[in-house]
Amino acid sequence: MNIHEYQAKELLDLFQVANSPGGVASTPEEAEKIAASLQTSDLVIKAQVHAGGRGKGTFKNGFRGGVHLCATPAEIRDTASRMLGETLVTHQTGEAGRVVRKVLVAKSVAIRKELYFAILIDRAVSGPVIVASTEGGVNIEEVAEHTPEKIFHLAVDPLLGLQAHQARKLARLLEIPSDRVKEASALFENLYKLFIARDCSMVEVNPLVITTEGSILALDAKFNFDDNALYRHPDVQAYRDIEEEDPREVEASKFNLSYIGLDGNIACLVNGAGLAMATMDIIKHHGGEPANFLDVGGGATEQQVTEAFKILVADSRVKAILVNIFGGIMKCDVIAQGIINAVKAVNLPVPLVVRLEGTNVEAGRKLLAESGLQLTPATDIADAARKVVAAAA
Amino acid sequence: MSILVNKNTRLLVQGITGKSGGFHAKSCMEYGTNVVAGVTPGRGGELFESKVPVFDTAHEARRETGCNATMIFVPAAGAADSILEAVDAGIELVICITEGIPVLDMMKVKAAMKSSSSRLIGPNCPGIITPGECKIGIMPGYIHKPGAVGVVSRSGTLTYEAVWQLSSRGHGQSTCVGIGGDPINGTSHLDVVKMFNDDPGTEAIIMIGEIGGTAEEEAAEWIGAHCQKPVAAFIAGATAPPGRRMGHAGAIVSGGKGTAQGKIEAIKAAGIEVAATPADMADALLRRMAR
Repeated sequence: MNIHEYQAKELLDLFQVANSPGGVASTPEEAEKIAASLQTSDLVIKAQVHAGGRGKGTFKNGFRGGVHLCATPAEIRDTASRMLGETLVTHQTGEAGRVVRKVLVAKSVAIRKELYFAILIDRAVSGPVIVASTEGGVNIEEVAEHTPEKIFHLAVDPLLGLQAHQARKLARLLEIPSDRVKEASALFENLYKLFIARDCSMVEVNPLVITTEGSILALDAKFNFDDNALYRHPDVQAYRDIEEEDPREVEASKFNLSYIGLDGNIACLVNGAGLAMATMDIIKHHGGEPANFLDVGGGATEQQVTEAFKILVADSRVKAILVNIFGGIMKCDVIAQGIINAVKAVNLPVPLVVRLEGTNVEAGRKLLAESGLQLTPATDIADAARKVVAAAA
Repeated sequence: MSILVNKNTRLLVQGITGKSGGFHAKSCMEYGTNVVAGVTPGRGGELFESKVPVFDTAHEARRETGCNATMIFVPAAGAADSILEAVDAGIELVICITEGIPVLDMMKVKAAMKSSSSRLIGPNCPGIITPGECKIGIMPGYIHKPGAVGVVSRSGTLTYEAVWQLSSRGHGQSTCVGIGGDPINGTSHLDVVKMFNDDPGTEAIIMIGEIGGTAEEEAAEWIGAHCQKPVAAFIAGATAPPGRRMGHAGAIVSGGKGTAQGKIEAIKAAGIEVAATPADMADALLRRMAR
C-alpha cells in the first residue's frame, strides 16, 4: 500500500523524526493559513498524488509543475488554486493523470548536503537492514552501480533492534559532524521505531539532508507497509486512498480477490498465485498479452468467482478470457458453477477458454457441457494458452 | 525412500477444531497419514473424528502421544506463536500452512529458531507429501504417485501442475515439498535440494521458483557445483510488473532484484534444464535425464 507524502509526514511527526515543518491543505485558504503560520519567506507547495515526477509534471489546465517555491502566503494561495481540483500528468501517471485533492505546504530548507537512508527487510538474512549513503537526492540504484563504496549496509538483529551505537556508527559513516551525531542518531533510532511499530516493509528517506544551519532532516520519506500486518494498524489502513488505485483493483479487493491490472487484452482467472503468474507467462510465450493477474485463492466461493468474472468482462480492453484451474482445495464443480452463474449474469461479450483439472474435474466438466454455454474447453495449460491467444487475435 | 516425512511420521494438527484445520486433518487421515493428536486451546479432552485426542497445548500433545511433526492451521494473527509453541515442545518438523503472517512476526520466529533443532516448512505453503506414505497439507493426494522424482516449490498449484505432468507420464515422486510463498520462510530451495541429493530414493529433482529474493539463484549455484542428480526448473513471473506483489507476499521484483530473467540465467549457468513454460516442467526433467 502506498501513502501520500503528507501522510508520511504525519507518521514522521508522530515518531519525532525531524523533518521540515508544514501541513496539508484541501483549499487555497487553508494553504495560505498554513503558509502564514510557518513565518518564513522560504515556502514550498507540493501537489499530493501517488506518483513520482511531480516537479516536472504539467496540469491539464496548462499550469506547469506540481512542486513550487513561493515567498508569501498569498503566492501559496494563488498556486494552490491552480493545483487543487486539477489533473496533474507526470511520467508515472499516464495520460489520464491524477486529480489533486490536497497540497502540502512546508518550509523550504536550504540544503548543504543530501544523504540517503533506508530501512528494509532483507530476505537473505531474514531481518532488517539499513542502507545508507553519502550520495542522496539521486537514484540509489545508480549510486550502487557506479560508486558502490559510497553505500553502507548495516544488519539489525531482529530480536535486539537498532542499537544506539549502531545509529552513531551510521551517523559517522555518513560524515555527519561530531556536534550533530547525537541529533542524527536520534533521528535514525526514531525512524527504526516507526518502521517496527507500523510493520513497514520499507522506509526510504531520500534525501536525508544537512541544512545550511546544520540540522539533520528527513526531507522526503517513502513508506511501504506489509499488507499482512495492516489488520493491526487501523491508522495506516485509514491512509488508503482508493482514488489513487486502479478501479479494477479496488473492486477486486472488496471481494478479497488478489487482482493486479495490466495492459494486455487476455484476461485470466486462476487459482493460486504461482499458477496465476505462470498462466500470464504462457500467454505471453504464445504471443498474447495478459490483461491482469488474478488469483481467486484456494477456497474461493461461487460468489467470488462470479464477482471476479464481472471485473474481467467490465474491462473494455479484454478480447478473450482464460480460466485456468488446478483444483486442490478448490473444487472444479464450484468453479464451473461460478462461471455459469457469472456468464448468465453478465452476458459474456468475448470468447472464453476453460481449462479444468484436479478435484471433482469430471463433475465440473459435466456442468459446463450441460450448461449450453459458448466456451472452448482446453485439455492442458499449453492447449489453453494457444486457444485463448488465437481467440483474442 | 523419501525426505522429511514417511509412514513413521506421527502428526499433530494445531488448530484441528477449526474449519480448514478439521477439513484437512480429515483428508490427511483418509490418505493414510498417522494423525495422533490435535491442539486447540480450551478444547483439551475432546476427540476429533471420535478418535484423535485434542490437547490444550502442544507440550501436552508431545508428552502424551510422542508426535514428531505438526501441521499448523492457526489463523495468521496467532500462527507465529503456534510455531514457537511447537518448537518449544520439541517437535522436530513444523509445517505451517497459514497464509498472511506479518513479516516482522516471521522475522522473530526465524531468529528465535536459530538455536533450536526443529525444522520449519512454510509458512503460506501447501505442505509436504511422500506419496503412498504420508500427506501433511492441503494438496490433492490422488494426483501423486510413489516414485523417484523430488519436487520443491514456492507455489501450491504450480506444484500440483508439475506432479500431474509427472504422474501422467508415469513418473512418481519421492517427496514433494512446498516451501511457501512468503519472503521469510523456514526452509529454502537449497535446504530441500541438499536433502534430495542425499536421499537414495530420489533420482531427479524439479525445482519451481518465482520472482522475488535470491533463493533460486543460491540453490542453482550449489546445484551447479555439487548436485549429483539431474535437475529441471521453472521460474514463474517473467511477465509480472516490477514493484507489485503478485499474490504471494514474497513474489515481488524490487529495485531491479529478483527478476525471472536473472533467475533463469543463474539456473542455465548451473546446467539445470529450464522449463520454457509451466506446461513443460515434466518434459524438461525428462530431457535433462536423457542427456
